[in-house]
Amino acid sequence: MAWSYLPHTDMERRSMLDAIGVDSVNSLFEDIPEKVRINKPLNLPHALSEQELAKEMRKMASANANLQDNLCFLGAGAYDHYIPSVVNHVIHRSEFYTAYTQYQPEISQGYLQALWEYQSMICEITGMDVANASMYDGGTAVTEAAMMACAVSNRKEIIMAQTVHPHYQEIFKTYAVDREYTLKNVNFANGIMDIAHLEEVVSKSTGAVIIQSPNFFGSIEDIKKIAEIAHAQGAYLIAVVDPISLGILASPGSLGADIVVGEGQSMGIPISFGGPYLGFFAATEKLMRKMPGRIIGQTTDQEGKRGFVLTLQAREQHIRRDKATSNICSNEALCALSAAVYLAAVGKEGYRQVATQCLQKAQYAYGELTKLAGCEKVFTVPFFKEFVIRLTKPVAEVNAFLLGEGIIGGQDLGKYYPNMKDCVLLCVTEKRSKADIDKLVSRMGAIL
Amino acid sequence: MKNCKSLIFEISKPGRLALDLPPCDVPDCAIDSLIPSQFLRNSPAELPEVSQLDLMRHYTKLSNRNFGVDSGFYPLGSCTMKYNPKVNEDIAQYAGFAEIHPLQDAKTVQGALELLYNTEQYLTEIAGMDAVTMQPVAGSHGELTGLKIIRAYHRAKGEARTKVIVPDSAHGTNPASATVCGLETVEIKSNEDGSINLDILRGVVGEDTAALMLTNPSTLGLFENQIEEIAKIVHDAGGLLYYDGANTNAIMGIVRPGDMGFDVVHFNLHKTFSTPHGGGGPGAGPIGVKKELIPFLPIPVVTFDGNQFGLDENRPQSIGKIHSFYGNFGIIVRAYAYIRSMGPDGLRQVSEDAVLNANYCLSQLKEVYYAPFDRFCMHECVVTAKKQKPYGIKTLDIAKRLLDYGYHPPTIYFPMIVEEAMMIEPTETESKETLDQFIDAMKAIAQEATMNPEIILNAPQHMAVRRLDETAAARKPIVKWKV
Repeated sequence: MAWSYLPHTDMERRSMLDAIGVDSVNSLFEDIPEKVRINKPLNLPHALSEQELAKEMRKMASANANLQDNLCFLGAGAYDHYIPSVVNHVIHRSEFYTAYTQYQPEISQGYLQALWEYQSMICEITGMDVANASMYDGGTAVTEAAMMACAVSNRKEIIMAQTVHPHYQEIFKTYAVDREYTLKNVNFANGIMDIAHLEEVVSKSTGAVIIQSPNFFGSIEDIKKIAEIAHAQGAYLIAVVDPISLGILASPGSLGADIVVGEGQSMGIPISFGGPYLGFFAATEKLMRKMPGRIIGQTTDQEGKRGFVLTLQAREQHIRRDKATSNICSNEALCALSAAVYLAAVGKEGYRQVATQCLQKAQYAYGELTKLAGCEKVFTVPFFKEFVIRLTKPVAEVNAFLLGEGIIGGQDLGKYYPNMKDCVLLCVTEKRSKADIDKLVSRMGAIL
Repeated sequence: MKNCKSLIFEISKPGRLALDLPPCDVPDCAIDSLIPSQFLRNSPAELPEVSQLDLMRHYTKLSNRNFGVDSGFYPLGSCTMKYNPKVNEDIAQYAGFAEIHPLQDAKTVQGALELLYNTEQYLTEIAGMDAVTMQPVAGSHGELTGLKIIRAYHRAKGEARTKVIVPDSAHGTNPASATVCGLETVEIKSNEDGSINLDILRGVVGEDTAALMLTNPSTLGLFENQIEEIAKIVHDAGGLLYYDGANTNAIMGIVRPGDMGFDVVHFNLHKTFSTPHGGGGPGAGPIGVKKELIPFLPIPVVTFDGNQFGLDENRPQSIGKIHSFYGNFGIIVRAYAYIRSMGPDGLRQVSEDAVLNANYCLSQLKEVYYAPFDRFCMHECVVTAKKQKPYGIKTLDIAKRLLDYGYHPPTIYFPMIVEEAMMIEPTETESKETLDQFIDAMKAIAQEATMNPEIILNAPQHMAVRRLDETAAARKPIVKWKV
């Protein structure tokens, strides 16, 4: 049997073994004790040709309800935004996607520059001084930010709004349990953080206050006010943001955030059942040398020509080993490249327009839906592209009906907030047309 | 700046567009009537304004200043830079994989869950473990997840074990992951050939030992043949054995970590299972565990009741969530496709050819470069610049000279326990001709070292840039564009 990914013919194998001076390939494995070897084939399905494989995989893919065939009004941390065609063309240039980390800068200038430009764009939209070249995803970026804030402040308490994505809260708890960090939650009122409650719980022991805006409910939080309260106690303010919203919303940097993180999937990355995604991570200059992850810096070569290198590596695990505060190394570079191409493709004006359309369309959907009998407003604060409504029927029942109509309905909030049973979190991106929204409204009207 | 590639910001011209957006077709409201002005941006973010062709040319030029496996030989040790099958890229883009939402009802994503479930089963078999979670998105993430599971296991037994034993030849992520997991690293000195010194190991294990982390084949590309004894020493002390799977490409279908006595193992799908390295991710670092550790796996766990696939979050002993959703699904799709393409015999052939290629390189290179270990290697080999040192040539210089010859250099200065190391991992997807040409280049450089060392010291000459000032970059960091 021959495999197209393996070039050797049996004759070549023979001649290489001769050159090495052994009779058979088994001799090369002589160090492996006989006792632990497996002397039978692995129990795996037999090999498939490319054509058979593609057919098999299409069959598997077709067992999923995809967002091309169904209208998606589900968000909650993963978003159906339009991906410009150029993004896929750029990231599928194989000099990019078949490369690895830029350990040898002279042969990696293209990627280093692209990542440096990515860092620059993330700084620009978040209003921060420095961004790293990527994190695993939004949730782990939040946790890394919290761990960094604890390390820098020498404090072990994190305060997190209950309006932060529940998955992000859970990830922090997973990491915190082994580091003796304590987590305090702040309640919400009318869909945003209860500031009075924050003032009660924040103290000189607080390492950081974590706020998400737009938050899990889609509502816009008062980052500036919350930053002031955190700073008064010497705590850092970590803002978790939707990068698309920053097309119209004030940058968290301008509102006093010390660290800005978030999920970058909205910037040109397929929704792909939850990954690969992109955590972005930006901070003030003061925190630069404490940041996790790769950072690209500009420098010059021997002839004075501009060039780019991995820099500030003294922070990193391969040098710091057991002194490292993060174990993160290379992670989602190609997703960072996608985000950079996305931001360059939509450009200055398009970036504002995408955000504006999300806002206008979500607003329209909210207005139309809440006219229906059986749909009730839950909060009255401003929101961006997601909003909450209470239904007179169970969310699961409504969503099952919508699915039959080719619509993927919103997230059932009862799963995360026991007192929000019958509440649904709906998302409307710029990709939905008025006709799409009208269809949702008409079908909701039919079931409620 | 002198004769260099423009930044995207430098080619920006006000008013240019790379994308037409459809007009907004819902009634237009004044933005500040919806959101109070103190929450709004005063001026637009200064993103580039380029035409679509400007954009494509910019990134095409950048790609021309980069090097991937498709560009040429990339023998970066410990990274397994094998060919990335193109059909797997196509498959990952099928709408049924790329355009499904992670929070859709499980009934609507049965194909995706089946794919995750099957991949878990395949990796379980390949590693000889009892269960696998696909969630960790990188090798380092897998390490952290595995150590958390080990910690939770000891804690559940009421034991306060806080020390992780790590050989000094280990990847730097091993001790870093232990630290992030709140564990203390005990570094032990390896024997000269990178193997574990059993006496030292016996001396450090005890009732505080949580685990030993081991890479096997080791980071020197050698198989640790005392593995059964090592497993016994650690297990007798009540500790667990963690397998760093960076080097799994050497052993598929030949030996399994589970059979060697390991309790937790991580894989790097972007190494062994041919998913693209992406220029530094996304990859995936799933982990396999033995039966006693299954209750501690991260949530959600993919389930199958014989009829329907589902996601189980009700696992009281679980370490909890480690990723926003379920890991790097798009990467897992590619790895699944790879395993299906190769089948059991193909995977074994992969390892045999990977080991054959590394030994072939070693056999040819040891004539001119110092080979510190006089034995067969596994899928990668280590040689050093010891013989070139008298001419003032260091490993770094040889690496830079290889750039001029059109190769990506090997991993250099790792493992740290070998002076002036070059770790060469050819992988099984490279032909004999490619290896011969690389060997010739290495020999030519060795020749240059004696005849014309200047040419090596001044390398590279034919790249986009010459050697770069990394010290200046770190001392006065310029990490973003400023007008």
